Amino acid sequence: MVGILTYGVYIPRYRIKVQEIARVWGGNAEDITGGLGVYEKSVPDMDEDTATIAVEAARHALARRKVDPEEIGAVYVGSESHPYAVKPTACTVGEAIGATPHMTAADFEFACKAGTAAIQTCMGLVQSGIVPIGLAIGSDVAQGAPGDALEYTAAAGGAAFLIGNNDPIAVIHRTCSFTTDTPDFWRREGQDYPRHGGRFTGDPGYFRHVQGAAKILLSQVGTSPGDYTYAVFHQPNAKFPRRVAQLLGFSDAQIRPGLVVSRLGNTYSGSSMVGLAATLDVASAGDRIFVTSFGSGAGSDSFDIQVTDAIESPDLFRRAAAPTVEELLKDPVYLDYAQYAIHKGKIVMQR
Amino acid sequence: MSVARFWRKIPQRYNLIGTRCETCGTYFFPPRSFCPACRREGKIVEHRFQGRGKVVTYTVIRSASEQFERLTPYILAIVQLDEGPRFTAQVVAEPGEIQIGTQVRSVFRRIGADGESGVIHYGTKFVPVR
Amino acid sequence: MRDVAVIGIGCTPFGEHWGSSFRDLFIQAGALALEDAGLSGEQIDALYVGNMSAGRFIEQEHIGALIADYSGMATRHIPATRVEAACASGGLSFRQAVIAVASGMEDVVVAAGVEKMTDVGTGASVDMLAGAADREWEGFVGATFPGLYAMIATDYMHRYPLTREQLAMVAVKNHFNGARNPIAQFRQEITVETVLRSPLVADPLRLFDCSPITDGAAAVVVAPLERAREFTDRFVRVRASAQASDTISLHDRADISRLDASVAAGRWALSDAGLSHRDIDLVEVHDCFTIAEICAIEDLGFCRKGEAGRLTEEGVTALDGDLPVNTSGGLKACGHPVGATGIKQICEVVQQLRGEAGKRQVPDAEIGMTHNVGGTGATVAVHILEVV
Repeated sequence: MVGILTYGVYIPRYRIKVQEIARVWGGNAEDITGGLGVYEKSVPDMDEDTATIAVEAARHALARRKVDPEEIGAVYVGSESHPYAVKPTACTVGEAIGATPHMTAADFEFACKAGTAAIQTCMGLVQSGIVPIGLAIGSDVAQGAPGDALEYTAAAGGAAFLIGNNDPIAVIHRTCSFTTDTPDFWRREGQDYPRHGGRFTGDPGYFRHVQGAAKILLSQVGTSPGDYTYAVFHQPNAKFPRRVAQLLGFSDAQIRPGLVVSRLGNTYSGSSMVGLAATLDVASAGDRIFVTSFGSGAGSDSFDIQVTDAIESPDLFRRAAAPTVEELLKDPVYLDYAQYAIHKGKIVMQR
Repeated sequence: MSVARFWRKIPQRYNLIGTRCETCGTYFFPPRSFCPACRREGKIVEHRFQGRGKVVTYTVIRSASEQFERLTPYILAIVQLDEGPRFTAQVVAEPGEIQIGTQVRSVFRRIGADGESGVIHYGTKFVPVR
Repeated sequence: MRDVAVIGIGCTPFGEHWGSSFRDLFIQAGALALEDAGLSGEQIDALYVGNMSAGRFIEQEHIGALIADYSGMATRHIPATRVEAACASGGLSFRQAVIAVASGMEDVVVAAGVEKMTDVGTGASVDMLAGAADREWEGFVGATFPGLYAMIATDYMHRYPLTREQLAMVAVKNHFNGARNPIAQFRQEITVETVLRSPLVADPLRLFDCSPITDGAAAVVVAPLERAREFTDRFVRVRASAQASDTISLHDRADISRLDASVAAGRWALSDAGLSHRDIDLVEVHDCFTIAEICAIEDLGFCRKGEAGRLTEEGVTALDGDLPVNTSGGLKACGHPVGATGIKQICEVVQQLRGEAGKRQVPDAEIGMTHNVGGTGATVAVHILEVV
């Protein structure tokens, strides 16, 4: 049965508080944190980017389980901030984990759901027997234009999932998607920052697609929200996932372990995947997890996942061999706005 | 650094692939294809280092070349890998966190790039084992 | 093997010479040396020039030919050779000239050193100087030259009783001497405060622990000792010439705080000369950074490891001390046009031995030593000169 063999997460150490960003742009911090439910977001170090984050996440996944890198037959990295427009992040990751040269690779883009699309592709390759193991990564150093609402939440981080057939720690029973051509949020080639349709990103964007995919999956599998131990939804802020959970019939308790956006921000392609990782960090054998991502443009991927005994078998999987999401969120180093701007390359130096 | 010159050393820079002289048992990182002790008698094989080690000496670089100016102040250290060899690398940490003897582990970071439009150079830096 | 003498010396002022090109500098030094030797040029049989990086600083290679040409030697078609060993280029240039004469291959040979550093910006200079270290495994990961010596300082100060103030005193002493040297780049005296207040470059080294970027050239003329009197009576004898190598990168050294090439070259020079440390009246060492002088004094064997700081504090290495070190002002105060330094050191010792060092004269100087280092110690050249 195809499923997750192991997973890993990487979150940079630096943070900036929403309050500090608000101070600079003359916003009201309380209104903003109240409205978004986000208090701080992660910021990459000066020498970190989507590729370094992807590699660290992948290496963390490999630390937890004995996997022969030469068995990894496919590497896909989903991101909105690939370091190169042409030259795949996946190749750098493949090289850094020892999977090259006998592998296929490509970079994915589908706003915040590029990583989950990569998971689906790996599932297909594994289930069809084309590759024994596939690596799917969602990683971003998200950018928000200075002074734009997105700046409060655009964060940095990533998660890596190894997909395979042998003794997965969590089986993926089923996946399905809901995809349309919806211009809720986009970035044109050559532009530094994305743009968005304001309130249009809500109902026609996020809510339509998340609910669309979720309802298809529930109906295909024949389950209802109560059948799941946990649920993870894409988290651009804390409000949207809470609201969509409620609309679908999931409880606050179900989404709580996976809801890390308040302290992390929106890691874009990493968002749902880090949420899933945070959930797996506390899950036990038998737990059932419902995941639905969302990527602007727009689409959602839903997954019905069930944790197996393997997650509790130390000879197969050792969670403690790599940091959990909680451990990565601990002991941050705070930056002020000027330092943050330098880290994010927002200050144009002499070209 | 030219494209070919960087590419040639990717296994070393990304994955700490060094060498070992099977004749005398010495480990080399950066790799040597010729053992200084055994010379022509030395049988050299590849060896992948684990990436764990300790700081032997260090400094905080505050004035750097153009490539690295944005990163200053940064810590430069000589790290001794557990397997024995010593080599030079940046340590990502606050200046006060590092001392002679601090245990460190390898991380994958961006070393630099060939300008705004050239190839990005990735490689290995270290962080203190916390 | 014949004995070799230095029959003439010449040195341009060291500093930022915006109006002088690379060619202007060596012509000036060459002319001074020839004049000092009483030569008109036809007597020169060969030419050696030490230069680290003209290829990068002024995009010019083939320096030997360039210098021969612009010194008016090209028409005589004498052999002209460029010698490179980073900051030890000058010392090696001198050694090659000595070997050529000692072997009988040539008679009258010019050994020069020249560096034009200010035609590029400081940032570019810093990057070029990093080429003295291991570009692939030190420079590429962000090591700077001061950074490498700073790592030596960190290691040294962890193991030996050197205080930050003692280290500063090396620079203070060298500025005191430089103030008395007409060609020195820096002629102002400084205090320990000056050093400790200057900005950090690479902890623990501060701006005033570091030698500057300098333009300059120096030249000497060597000849067989048996013929020296044909040219001048102000000649001195080359008592010993030694050169040693070590690993290019600092991380491959047996001991980070000990330059084994200095140990080897120092030992060989003294043993070839049949001299002991007590016989040396003064020594010009390679103080590219203050810590380098500390290590040099010890590695050359003048005292045990860990003692040079105390010796400096006690004034033993001062101009009026038992072992004056860097009477020229060293690299720190006199300046460090990379390829020229090794030759300038020879010029300084010759002046001292001749009794022509003016306000920096060491009384009764009879035997002097020079110590020139390339990179963080991968090449060292040591010479001993004596009054005849």
